[in-house]
Amino acid sequence: MIDWPLVSVIIFLPFIGALIILFIKEDELTSINIKWATLLTTLGTFILSLILWLQFDYSNPSYQYEEKFRWFDDFNFFYHVGVDGISLFMILLSTFLTPLCILASWNNIKKRVKEYMLSFLFLETVMIGMFASIDILLFYIFFEAVLIPMYLIIGIWGGNRRIYASFKFFLYTLLGSVLMLIAIIVMYRNTSSMSIEFLQGNYFSYNTQLFLWLAFFASFAVKIPMWPFHTWLPDAHVEAPTAGSVILAGVLLKMGGYGFIRFSLGMLPEATEFFIPLIMTLSIVAIVYTSLVALAQTDIKKLIAYSSVAHMGIVTIGIFLVNQQGLEGAMMQMISHGLVSAALFLCVGVIYDRMHTREIEFYGGLVQRMPLYATVFMIFMLGSVGLPGTSGFIGEFLVIVGAFKFSSYVVIGAAFGIILSAVYMLYLYKRIIFGTITNNKLADILDINTREKIILIPLAISVILLGIFPNLFLDPMRLSLELIITNYEIANAK
Amino acid sequence: MATSIIFLPLLGFLFCFLLGKQFNYKVYQISTTSILFLCTLFSWIIFIQFVNNKETEIIFILNWITSGNFIVDWSIRLDTLTAVMFIVVTTVSACVHLYSIGYMEEDPSKIRFMGYLSLFTFFMLVLVSSNNLLQMFFGWEGVGLASYLLIGFWHHKDSANKAAIKAFVVNRVGDFGYAIGIAGIFYIFGTISFDSIFSQVDQFSEHQIQFLSFSFPTLDFLCFLLFIGAMGKSAQLGLHTWLPDAMEGPTPVSALIHAATMVTAGVFLVARMSPLYEFATFTNLFITFIGAATAIFAASIALTQNDIKRVIAYSTCSQLGYMFFAAGVGAYNASIFHLTTHAFFKALLFLSAGSVIHAMHHEQDMRKMGGLFKKIPFTASMMWIGSLAIIGFPYLSGYYSKESILENAFYASNGIAYFAYLVGILTALLTAFYSWRLLFLTFHGENRSNNKIYDHAHESPLVMTAPLFILAIGSIFSGIFFADYFIGYYKKEFWDNAILLTESSHKYLPLTQSLISKSAVAVGILICVLIYSNNLNRANNLSYNLDPLYSLSKNKWYVDELYHKVFVLTFFKLANFFWKRGDEKTIDGLGPNGVSWIISKSSSYVSLFQSGYLFHYAFAMLGGLVIILTWFLYY
Repeated sequence: MIDWPLVSVIIFLPFIGALIILFIKEDELTSINIKWATLLTTLGTFILSLILWLQFDYSNPSYQYEEKFRWFDDFNFFYHVGVDGISLFMILLSTFLTPLCILASWNNIKKRVKEYMLSFLFLETVMIGMFASIDILLFYIFFEAVLIPMYLIIGIWGGNRRIYASFKFFLYTLLGSVLMLIAIIVMYRNTSSMSIEFLQGNYFSYNTQLFLWLAFFASFAVKIPMWPFHTWLPDAHVEAPTAGSVILAGVLLKMGGYGFIRFSLGMLPEATEFFIPLIMTLSIVAIVYTSLVALAQTDIKKLIAYSSVAHMGIVTIGIFLVNQQGLEGAMMQMISHGLVSAALFLCVGVIYDRMHTREIEFYGGLVQRMPLYATVFMIFMLGSVGLPGTSGFIGEFLVIVGAFKFSSYVVIGAAFGIILSAVYMLYLYKRIIFGTITNNKLADILDINTREKIILIPLAISVILLGIFPNLFLDPMRLSLELIITNYEIANAK
Repeated sequence: MATSIIFLPLLGFLFCFLLGKQFNYKVYQISTTSILFLCTLFSWIIFIQFVNNKETEIIFILNWITSGNFIVDWSIRLDTLTAVMFIVVTTVSACVHLYSIGYMEEDPSKIRFMGYLSLFTFFMLVLVSSNNLLQMFFGWEGVGLASYLLIGFWHHKDSANKAAIKAFVVNRVGDFGYAIGIAGIFYIFGTISFDSIFSQVDQFSEHQIQFLSFSFPTLDFLCFLLFIGAMGKSAQLGLHTWLPDAMEGPTPVSALIHAATMVTAGVFLVARMSPLYEFATFTNLFITFIGAATAIFAASIALTQNDIKRVIAYSTCSQLGYMFFAAGVGAYNASIFHLTTHAFFKALLFLSAGSVIHAMHHEQDMRKMGGLFKKIPFTASMMWIGSLAIIGFPYLSGYYSKESILENAFYASNGIAYFAYLVGILTALLTAFYSWRLLFLTFHGENRSNNKIYDHAHESPLVMTAPLFILAIGSIFSGIFFADYFIGYYKKEFWDNAILLTESSHKYLPLTQSLISKSAVAVGILICVLIYSNNLNRANNLSYNLDPLYSLSKNKWYVDELYHKVFVLTFFKLANFFWKRGDEKTIDGLGPNGVSWIISKSSSYVSLFQSGYLFHYAFAMLGGLVIILTWFLYY
C-alpha cells in the first residue's frame, strides 16, 4: 500500500490548484493560462484517482486508504477519509468528468473565466471529499458545500431564466439540508459517534430510525431526484451551462443514491424495511411518468433531464431491493448514467455552441453535415436506451433480475422503462439527426473538432467498455455491497 | 474455426467503421464480401462435421457478468442447431454482401452499408451460437440495432426513419417480455445457461408461480414471456406491424434481415428452448394458434398489395406463422427445416425483386410493371424458381418442409393443431395465388410502365445475378438433400439432443389429405390465372365488387390505424397531461412556486417590522433572548 495520504491529496489537489490560479493574472483576451492550469490540475487529480483504483484491494469490504485526525478535542468529530468499493467509482466518476467539463468550457465561457474555473476546482474538491468522508459531520459539510459552486455556476454563467432555476434548485435542496442537519444532531446525541463506519449496523431504536430515515429521505430524494421532488432538475439543467449540466447529471444526482446506500440502508435498516413500499411506488411512478413527460419535451436538455429522472427511478428500485443484483445494478446504473447523460449533455453543448438554441424543432438532418457527431451521439443514445453491449444495459438488467425476487409489479414497472426509453430517445434522435436539412441556418454547420473529439471519444469508449467488461467495475464493489446487505439482513432478522 | 466465423464479420465492420476513409470503396466491398465467403466455407465445414455426428462443443471466451450467483459468460455453443443456423446466416449473408456491390453501386454511402451488413451478421451469429439467454439477448438486441440502422439507411427519407423507429420500438415491446422472462428463469432455475436449465426442467413441471397476484404454472408462464419476445422479432400477429414498413430499407437488407435471418430468430428461440416448451402445454396451444392466425392473416393481406416488396414481406410473415405452428405442435425439427428452406427461397425472391427494381429504376409498384420476362429473363426465371419453391411444388425445397409441417399438425391430435392444419392448407392456396399474381403482374402480360423505363430495363450485372443463382440452387435442392437429416430417417443422429424431437415415426399424410393440400395450391394458381391472365380489367372489377373485403385486405385490416389511435395518440396525450398539468401546475404550483408566493406575501408583512428604529430591534432581541433562555431552562 501507499504510505502517503493519497485520498487527501486527491481531495485537496483541485483546491490547491484553485489557490494557485488565484494568483495567475487574468489575461483579458483568452485567459489561456488559467484554463491550462485548471485542466492540468484536474487531469492530475484524475491520474491520482486511477492509482486509487489500481492499488485497490478487492478482497477488503471496508474502507481502505484511511486517514483519521481528531478535529475537535471535546467531541468525537474527526477528519476521517477513506475509500471503499462503493465510493471508489463515485470518486472516479467525479475526477473523470471534471477535466472533460473544463475542456467543454474552453471556448464558450467568455465572462469571468477565473471565477468559473475556481468554482469548478472547488466543486471537484467538495465532491470528492463528500464521497471519501467517513465522518458524518465532514460528509455533511462537503455535501452542503457542493451547493455553493453549483449555485454560482447556474446563477452566473447560466441562461436567461438562471435566477429562477438557481432559486428553485436552492429552495428544494435547502429543505432537505435542514432536516438532514437535525438528523445528524440526533444521531450524535444517541451514539456520541460520527463515524459512518461505526454506525453501519443497527444502533437506533425503531421510532428514532423512522424519524431519521424521513429526514435523510428528504435530502436524498431531492438530490437524486425522485418523483415528485424532481421539478427543479429540468429547470436547473436548461439554465446551467453545458459543463454545469454535466456535473449536475453526472455526479450530483449520484449523491442521492450514494446517501441512500450509506445512510438509509447502512444505518437505518429497520426503517428502510418499513419504507420500501413507498420507495418502490415512487420509483415506478417516476419511470412511467417522467418517461412520458420526456416524450413531450421540445427542448433537448429538458428531455435528457427528464430521462435522468426515469433512469434514477431504476437506481432507487435497485438500491431498495437490498439484494446483490439490485444493489450492483443500481451502482452500475449510476456509473453508466454518469457517463451517458454527461455525454448527452456534452453533445447538446456541441450544437448549442454553434447555434445557440436547444429547440428540437430548430434542428434536423444534422447527419448530412456532421456524420461523426451523429455517430458518437448514436452511441450515447443507445447507452441511454440500454442496449446490451453498452453500459446502460448492465445496470438496468441486473435491477430487473433482482426485482423478480421482490415483486412482480416492480419488475413490470422497471421493465416498462425498456420500451419507453427507446421511444423518447429514438424519437429525439430522429428529429435532430436524421432527415434532410430544412433549416438554412444549419447549412454550414461544422462537424465536431479535435477538442470535442477529445471530450467525446473517451466517453464513448467507456460506455462500450462498461457494457462488455462490467466485471471491471463489479468486482471492486462486490464485497462492500455484500457487507451492507449482510448488516441489513441481520438487523431485520430479529 | 467457430470463433473466427463469429468475429471475422465484426472485424469487417470495424474496418469499415474505423478506417472508413482510408481506401477506395472497392477495398471495403471486396474485403467484407470475401470475409463472409470465408465464413460460409467454415460454416459448411462445421455443418458437415455435424452431419457426421460431431459432439456438442462449448467454447468459453470470457466471463461477462458476475453479480452474486447471477453469472453469465461470453461463450460459443456449437451443436447441430447452431451449425444449421450458421450455414443459413453465412450463406445468405455472403450472397447479400456480393449482391450489394452491384445493387448499391450508385449510392454514396456504400462503405457504411457494407459495414452495417457485416455488423448485422456478427450479431446474428452471436445470437445463434449463444450458450445462455443473456448473450442471446445481446445478439437479439444487436440485430435489432442493425435492423434499425439499415431500415433507416436512407436517412434523408422521413418514411424510412419512421419505419426504423417503429421496428425498434415494436421489437422492444417484445423484448419487454423476453427480459422479464430471463429474470424469471434465473429466479426459478438459478441459472440462465441452457444445459443447466434443461437438466432441471423435470422438477418444475408441476410448479406454480405467483405473478401479479395470480398463480400460473411456472414453465407455461416462462415460455409465454419468452414467446412474447419471439413474437416481436418474428413479426407475429399483434406485433407484426413493423415488418412491412421495414421494406423502406434497401432491398438486400430486406432479403438478409427481414426475410432470411433476423425474423426467424423468434423461431430459433423457441426451438432452442424446446426442452422447456415441451412442458408448456398452454403456451404451446397459444403458439399454435398465433402461428396459424398469422399465417392466414398475412397471406390475406399479401393478396392485394401492389408494392412488390410488400407482397413478399407479408409472405414472410405468413411463412413465419407456419414455422411457429409447427413449433407449437412440437415439431421443432420441421420448424427449423422450414426456416432453412425458407431462408433460401425467400432471400431469392427478395433479391430477384431487387433485381427487378434495379432494372426498373427504383419502381416498386407492380401495376407499373408487366411483360418484363422478355427484358430480364434470368431474373424472371429466378423469381419463378423462388415462387415454385414457396408454394411447395413437388421436389423443390418448400415442398418437403411445408408438407412436414402439415403432417405434424395433422397428427398432433388436438383441436387447435387441427385448426392450424386447415388454416395451413387454406394459406397454401392463398400463397399460390399471391405468388402467381406477383409473377403475372411483373413479368407477363402487357407492359404498363413508362415506355422509356421499359426500354431501358436491363438484366443486372454478374455480381447481382450470381448470388441469385447460388440461392436458386439452395431453393431447389436444400429440401431433397436435407430432408433425411432434418425430418427423416437420420433425424435422431443428426439433431443429437440439440432440439427436442417428439417420439413419432415418420408418418406421411393420408393420400386424401395430401391430395387436398396439393389441389389447394393448384386451385390457388388456377384462380389467379383466371383473374390475371389477360389484363387487369377482371381484377379491377372483382376488387370493386368485393369492396369491403378488398379494402380490409388492402388496408392491412386497419391494424396500423388502430394502434395509432389506441397507443400513439394516447401516449402523447398522457405525456402532455403529465407535463403541463402534473409537473407545471400541480407539483410546481404547490411546491416551489407556491412557497415563493407565500413567502413574498408574508414578507411584505414582515417588512413592516423593519422600522429602522433601534429600540424596536433591541426590544425584539430582548424578547428572543427571553424565549431562548426559557426553553433552555426547561430542557
